[in-house]
Amino acid sequence: MIKPRRFYGHGIPHVNSEDLRGTLIVVEGADGSGRSTQIAELVKWLETSGRATVQVGLKRSTLVSEELERAQEGNVLSRTTLALFYATDFADQLENLILPALKSGFIVLADRYIYTLMARDMVRGMNETWLKNLYGIAPEPDAVFYLSVEPQELVQRNLAKTATLDYWESGMDLGFSRDMFDSFLKYQTAMGDAFRELQKSYHFEIIDANRSIVSVTRELHKKIGALLEQD
Amino acid sequence: MKTFAESQFPGRLIAVEGLDGSGKSTQIYLLKRWLEAEGIKVYFSEWNSSELVKSATSKGKKRELLTPTTFSLIHATDFADRYERHLVPLLRAGYIVLCDRYIFTAFARDVTRGCPPDWVRGNYSFACIPDLTMFFKADLDVSLNRILEGRPKLKFFEAGMDLRLSNDPYESFKIFQGRILDQYLAMTKEFNFVIIDANQPVEKQQVIVRKLVSDRIELKKFKRRSPLPLPPALHVVREEIEKEEDKAA
Repeated sequence: MIKPRRFYGHGIPHVNSEDLRGTLIVVEGADGSGRSTQIAELVKWLETSGRATVQVGLKRSTLVSEELERAQEGNVLSRTTLALFYATDFADQLENLILPALKSGFIVLADRYIYTLMARDMVRGMNETWLKNLYGIAPEPDAVFYLSVEPQELVQRNLAKTATLDYWESGMDLGFSRDMFDSFLKYQTAMGDAFRELQKSYHFEIIDANRSIVSVTRELHKKIGALLEQD
Repeated sequence: MKTFAESQFPGRLIAVEGLDGSGKSTQIYLLKRWLEAEGIKVYFSEWNSSELVKSATSKGKKRELLTPTTFSLIHATDFADRYERHLVPLLRAGYIVLCDRYIFTAFARDVTRGCPPDWVRGNYSFACIPDLTMFFKADLDVSLNRILEGRPKLKFFEAGMDLRLSNDPYESFKIFQGRILDQYLAMTKEFNFVIIDANQPVEKQQVIVRKLVSDRIELKKFKRRSPLPLPPALHVVREEIEKEEDKAA
């Protein structure tokens, strides 16, 4: 733990933030920003250096991940339900993975965190104050890196990878456009704006991820290395 | 927080709250039967019944995976799904919606489990409050006896076993229910609960309930036969026609 740990809000009942002595590093960014690749690189790098890591991400909880997946396939989720369903998924992983790992001094690498969830909900019209209260359960990470990629570049990367655009990552539920390509660009632009709005309160480091994988990795190693040296 | 009437919804929402065994479900069921017989557009919704969330909740309960925080959030998700997909559209369409438990159940239970009150309230702040909330207040012993009489097998979370109040489920249930009752009583004023004495016979309570509902809500406005809600200007015309019809009849 680099600086004294604190929760953003009320935290979790009966959990003392000072006991969370591990390191929490968050990598944020859209699909196609290179997030997962970078996290895999980081795990390799950290474990090689003898540090224990735990990885968490969105929609990976034992409690609700399957149900959430099913609900999203049926496109029956309205915005408040979507927000609270993801919050439940986050809270389950927080209590069962993140907090125990931090208590044991692990490095927790989060493949997205509350910011993506908040940005998605904000784009869907949920109130920022409401979201800040909801996610007051989250501990403040030691570092947050936002891999920023231009929507035009994102669309190219997503299509190159899977030849299709994801319904939710294109914000199709928002009715921006019937055209998926248009909708994707509009949605990702709105997400970028929401992230910039959130940056005012949450101070994350914006990494220019329009560059090659290697140069992003190099920058992350440098920054995280410096962070761990302080420990 | 505003009621549905204050938020200009054409429909009205009536909620019942109380401990397990207070008899509230019987009362709201009888209320529903009456309103249906009167030809009123009525819809009934039960706490913790969203199809979307159900399997997650029951898995969480069965495997005892839930913490106070996830218990609270999964019930909020369930409520949000019912609220956005059923309650709000029906209330927009001028229905009378009856809820067996509403957000106050979460306020009482989650806070008893240790969640911060303003966190829980904040999470539910997207919802309007009922136009009428009836709280069925029975003596704690009466409620406990109704539930425990047959020595049923109490479920883990139902008995509040997650709070480690006692190793005996019956003892735990009693302490847990007592604490929930305290939480309910503390919010009676804040949320304008109408307290119904639930120690009385069922029929007597139902008379009180029906009178309360017909005093508070102009029921004839919610009849099925009436045409679909019209734009405001025509609405006035319609009322005039109805008056004439009433005279003719």
